[in-house]
Amino acid sequence: MKVYLDNNATTMCDPLVVEAMEPFFSEIYGNPNSLHKYGTAPHPAITKAIDQVYTAINAADADDVIFTSCATESNNWVLQSVWVDHILNGDKNHIVTTEVEHPSILSTCKFLEDQGVKVTYLPVNDQGVVEAHTVKSFITDKTALVSVMWASNETGMINPIDEIGQICKEKGVLFHSDAVQAVGKIPVDLQATHVDFISFSAHKFHGPKGVGALYIKNSQSLSPLLHGGEHMGGRRSGTLNVPFIVGMGKAIELATENIQATMSKIRAKRDRLEDALVELSDTFVVGDRKNRTPNTILISIKGVEGEGMLWDLNNGQIGASTGSACASADLEANTVMLAIGADNELAHTGIRLSLSRFTTDEEIDYTINHFKEAVARLRMISSSFAKQAPTKGGEVQECELHHH
Amino acid sequence: MAKADVLGESLWDAYSNKVTTLMNNPQHQGEIFDAEAEERGNKLIVADFGAESCGDAVRLYWEIDPKTDKIVNSKFKSFGCGTAIASSDVMTELCIGKTVQEAVKITNIDVELALRDDPETPAVPPQKMHCSVMAYDVIKKAAGLYMGVDAESFEEEIIVCECARVSLGTLQEVIKLNDLKTVEEITDYTKAGGFCKSCIKPGGHEAREWYLVDILADTRKEMENEKMKAAADAMAAGGGNFEEMTLVQQIKAVDAVIDESVRQFLVMDGGDVEIIDIKKNERTIDIYIRYLGACGSCESSSTGTLYAIESTLQEKLSDRIKVLPI
Repeated sequence: MKVYLDNNATTMCDPLVVEAMEPFFSEIYGNPNSLHKYGTAPHPAITKAIDQVYTAINAADADDVIFTSCATESNNWVLQSVWVDHILNGDKNHIVTTEVEHPSILSTCKFLEDQGVKVTYLPVNDQGVVEAHTVKSFITDKTALVSVMWASNETGMINPIDEIGQICKEKGVLFHSDAVQAVGKIPVDLQATHVDFISFSAHKFHGPKGVGALYIKNSQSLSPLLHGGEHMGGRRSGTLNVPFIVGMGKAIELATENIQATMSKIRAKRDRLEDALVELSDTFVVGDRKNRTPNTILISIKGVEGEGMLWDLNNGQIGASTGSACASADLEANTVMLAIGADNELAHTGIRLSLSRFTTDEEIDYTINHFKEAVARLRMISSSFAKQAPTKGGEVQECELHHH
Repeated sequence: MAKADVLGESLWDAYSNKVTTLMNNPQHQGEIFDAEAEERGNKLIVADFGAESCGDAVRLYWEIDPKTDKIVNSKFKSFGCGTAIASSDVMTELCIGKTVQEAVKITNIDVELALRDDPETPAVPPQKMHCSVMAYDVIKKAAGLYMGVDAESFEEEIIVCECARVSLGTLQEVIKLNDLKTVEEITDYTKAGGFCKSCIKPGGHEAREWYLVDILADTRKEMENEKMKAAADAMAAGGGNFEEMTLVQQIKAVDAVIDESVRQFLVMDGGDVEIIDIKKNERTIDIYIRYLGACGSCESSSTGTLYAIESTLQEKLSDRIKVLPI
């Protein structure tokens, strides 16, 4: 059996989505900006996709949802254009974000710091959540933008976006949320929640890779990131990626039309998996699952190094993830887990399992068995569970090697 | 970055079959207990290196025959990734049958070589090379415990890059010999810094005592000093090519010649001379001077004295010199 449990990284493109995209490669291929019939032929499908996206996030007609190439582009667009509009050409100089954002936010913020922008990186609490009052206390008269992810890719923990939105509204500060892990997984209602901008991406909810969007409240001004022709009202240039936009529309509709029912089905499987795994001794899961995206588990297994665990899961045809030291090219501990305040040990023993609506009960059963076998094998090898004590003088008190 | 790096490598695909096989089925994983070793009349040494909080930890067991110092049996326990477990396994294998004194000569390079499928292809990708370093560290620690000495005493030189085992002395020598100017060049010449990258600069995977950036800067500075000292020595010895000297060196050289051959005569007459500037032209090197004290009003300052200064400088330094009083 093969089990894909890395759906926070990317998802399978739903075959229904592929079917919806299919005609727009070789049959209906005109450029939507052309005047002839070839150009107008895809218009109904694009209009439908726009409707599907607006409906899914309950955007108002006065709002803009602009298709981009991915959420990384959307995040870059907001940060770089707020810099240009409100810092270079305005009287602001400050951006507030969190320590646990996606690299497309963090690296862009580092770039802006190099350009002289002040950036505050807020910590998260032991639940991995940014507290609204923390955000409030760091906003100043010079703050141009607050950017806080809706839900965490690593932990699945959901931030208090409603509260933070209200704070930003009262303070008159722009508010952006990277909603990549929220849209399609949990309800996102942009007429109920105050957010100026959100970024999201189709491949996280069974759409194709290479298409995302930026929501812009009330069609407010924001300099373009990509200059060129007059596509999408001049807000984002580049020939419209018709098949992918159609696919994103279909995917977001499928992901959100019965979201409560879909969520509870995924949650039931996730909870069953989680309950079975925490039966193992010396394990724990990060964050209260009532405040987590229903598909995500970040579990720490004492004595089992993350990459070693991924290796054994991979041998059992199970795809999971870790941000821990050995797995990444730069060998660093999982920064998100360090930010949670977890000790370094946890940062090297975290395994993330992320389900989708395609995950089956059989796959969960298989994973539980294989996961337990892997833990048993690796703990047998692990020095953490060795019984013979070191020779006097041969002990190691704590990590002697690292900075953290 | 080039075509081969557009996608980037897949970490696990770069492992040798041996690494994969040993990770899946380590041969020497396990424990040896004090009581067992004692029963056989042997001494047990158990040493830890690393910690879970480092991301890697290994415990090495040596059962040693105290009469011969021979490691008759060895086991390991490891908290770590596939490379860490496979490295520990091979390390244990390499220890068995050796005396403690022989075992301490096993380095991480030997461990990595033993993990290769063929001698030319590295067993692990560069960033994983570091996992084998711990195997070496724990051997030194175990040997230190057995012999009652500090583990560091087995290290005869300062190792800057542990992954490639490159010493401070080697680095300084290579930088000087090849006139290396960047860390990338150092890595190309010595492999230092090409693996876990901790030794390149502070803030990497692990804190180090020595960093390549500092060694490069210090060595370059030292080279610069040596160059200047050589030039100064050459000058003092009356050698050195005046025309190739820096401006400051030229001024010093001119000053030295004036000091040696001219100044005493001027001072006797209550005067002196100072060098204002040196300008290199296509055909001449113009030295601008200013007379001080009595020389300012002395008639010969624009004739005889000037000629004497100019001809002395031409003789000692360069025949292209022209002296211009201002």
